Amino acid sequence: MRIIRFLLQKEFSQIFRNKTILALIIVMPVMQLIILPLAADYEVKNINLAVIDNDRSPYSQKLISSITSSGYFRLVNYNSSFKESFKLIESDKADLILEVPHNFEKNLIRENGQKLFIAVNAINGTKANLGGAYLANVIRNYNTEIQLQLSGPSKINYYPSIEIASSNWYNGTLNYKVYMVPGILAILVTMIGGFLSALNIVKEKEVGTIEQINVTPIKKHHFILGKLIPFWVLGNVVFTVGMIVSWLVYGIVPLGNIALLYGFIGVFLLAILGFGLLLSTFCDTQQQAMFIMFFFMMIFILMGGLFTSIDSMPDWAKLISRLNPVSYLIDVMRMVVLKGSGLRDVLPNLGVVAIFALVLNTWAIINYKKTS
Amino acid sequence: MKQFITFVRKEFAHVLRDRKTLFILFGMPIMQILIFGFALTNEVKNSKIVILDQAKDIASQSIITKIEASRYFEIERAVMNETDINDAFKRGKVKMAIIFPANFNETLLHQNKAQIQVIADASDPNTANMLTNYVSSIIQDYQQQLNTTLNVPYRIMPEVRMLYNPQLKSAHNFVPGVMALVLMLVCVMMTAISIVKEKETGTMEILLVSPFKPVLVIISKAVPYLFLSLINVFSILLLSVFVLDLPINGSLFLLLAESTLFIITCLSLGIFISIKTDSQQVAMLISLMGMLLPTVLFSGFMFPIENMPIPLQVISNIVPSKWFYIIVKGIMIKGVGFSAVWKETVILIGMTLFLFAISIKNFKIRLT
Repeated sequence: MRIIRFLLQKEFSQIFRNKTILALIIVMPVMQLIILPLAADYEVKNINLAVIDNDRSPYSQKLISSITSSGYFRLVNYNSSFKESFKLIESDKADLILEVPHNFEKNLIRENGQKLFIAVNAINGTKANLGGAYLANVIRNYNTEIQLQLSGPSKINYYPSIEIASSNWYNGTLNYKVYMVPGILAILVTMIGGFLSALNIVKEKEVGTIEQINVTPIKKHHFILGKLIPFWVLGNVVFTVGMIVSWLVYGIVPLGNIALLYGFIGVFLLAILGFGLLLSTFCDTQQQAMFIMFFFMMIFILMGGLFTSIDSMPDWAKLISRLNPVSYLIDVMRMVVLKGSGLRDVLPNLGVVAIFALVLNTWAIINYKKTS
Repeated sequence: MKQFITFVRKEFAHVLRDRKTLFILFGMPIMQILIFGFALTNEVKNSKIVILDQAKDIASQSIITKIEASRYFEIERAVMNETDINDAFKRGKVKMAIIFPANFNETLLHQNKAQIQVIADASDPNTANMLTNYVSSIIQDYQQQLNTTLNVPYRIMPEVRMLYNPQLKSAHNFVPGVMALVLMLVCVMMTAISIVKEKETGTMEILLVSPFKPVLVIISKAVPYLFLSLINVFSILLLSVFVLDLPINGSLFLLLAESTLFIITCLSLGIFISIKTDSQQVAMLISLMGMLLPTVLFSGFMFPIENMPIPLQVISNIVPSKWFYIIVKGIMIKGVGFSAVWKETVILIGMTLFLFAISIKNFKIRLT
């Protein structure tokens, strides 16, 4: 116990001595937490639309005005050729092209049906999908309106129609920031814990100070614990600061139990720190440790369900994300903060992360050799 | 010149000696392109939903069958009431609940108007939105089927053409994005660390007292990484074409030239960071902790930049990978020529020159 106390003293004074790093550890996450959620917005609006109206009839005009007044679309070009509109798509200035054919009105009324042509820049799936869906929706509504108008009021109730009463739970205003902030905070805490712990032992190796520790009667697990605890405390500090920032800036107060969040973060930090320590026992230089950590960090972030949905991934990728501790944290953060999930709901996640913590730390202790 | 080549040789030897690092440097981007190229998707599919069917009649059953057949949904066990739905949402297992009222079919046929209740877990607004859209279009489809038999007049039929990417593959968007992301971080990190390392271990002193110009010392450190990164570009492109099935519709030569330019931009950024910092840890924290998330977000491949508030759109302009992403997307997928990406190219050149200039200005010949 006394040995650990001395080790802790050493580690903490090392951390506090380096003011640059300490500032970076606190300031960088805070800045990112304030700025990044504003950038992470999937809400699709301002879809740039180029319209080619070959008909120029009252009907086509009305259709176009109902599209532009729907609020999703921004008319960037009107009535040039398809070729010109296509150039706009090439240069990313337009996302969709709507072409109204000649005789649109005539055919619609006389022939009982008329086609409309829509071209979508389909490189970016979200915009293509949602933009196309919105456009189709506006057109459908317009169509119903016309059908009612032309068929006369007596037939309003003539065709069976299904009404969809949709309601959105937990986030009625569909505010994307509320969803992103807890996820981004989870990532920032992960990065702090992962990077610092991965570099730490390696640095002692590189500078040579580890030899000095190795010749002392310090036990392996003492050493690992001495490394683990300071970063664990730091991780909790960063998390606390992050929670305060998300409350002050975004007004997010967890619906669920805050103690539950801290309990989960506590276990999670053990897991991610254990991972960092394990990595550093494998590496010889800080450079290597950094690259490997970077590799895993990218996977943790991009496959943790922060930005894209895990359900939509292929099965092998789902398996990878099941081995990704961060995906459990992101999940739990969102569950507890947004839906007020309780201990029983997050217990499976907690269990898995606890197993990660146990395995990774044990492995790190075994793999750390006192003799080089 | 001879001196310079000698120096470059020395740096090459340094880099090539460390097999472990080399293996990581080549293996990492390949793995990442493969994993992310296949796994990342903006689509929302296989979402688990619950259905509460109080009608159990022909109409509700055929709509359920339609939902089941679509790749967007996976139907979980049926729940009984609202509390059960709430519980399922809280456990995070299901994303949506659909409720059919009793006598659904009867109401639909006799009163010509029936209602379906759709409850989405909107803690994820985007998924909620998309799923609601999908369900609506499936139901509309069913309704149309009913109506075609009744021959409804005055129908507008939109005909949609998907340009560049008819199968709506996510790789078309994500591979150029991941390429811009990975290349940038790897290049910046490599140079930033390698120069700082010399400072930290004290070998920088020795280099600086040599009769060789300090600027050239630094450039010669960047050269091997330029080559390594070019090899990375090659392997990424090979994978994209032969494994991920992406086209290279534009000029391959132009693509390689632009990649080289982008790599040089990133190396200059790395040099700048290494000049401004004095320990590997700080250099690393800045280049990874400070750049990883912002690069992901501001490159434009995850979130559309034009959706962001104006100040952030301005910030996004200083992220080099944003411009490279536009260039790669243009040349590879859209098949455009230089005339379409010259502006982005000029911006990257400008960034490189700027970074180089301030690096030289900040570079201290004497260490303190």
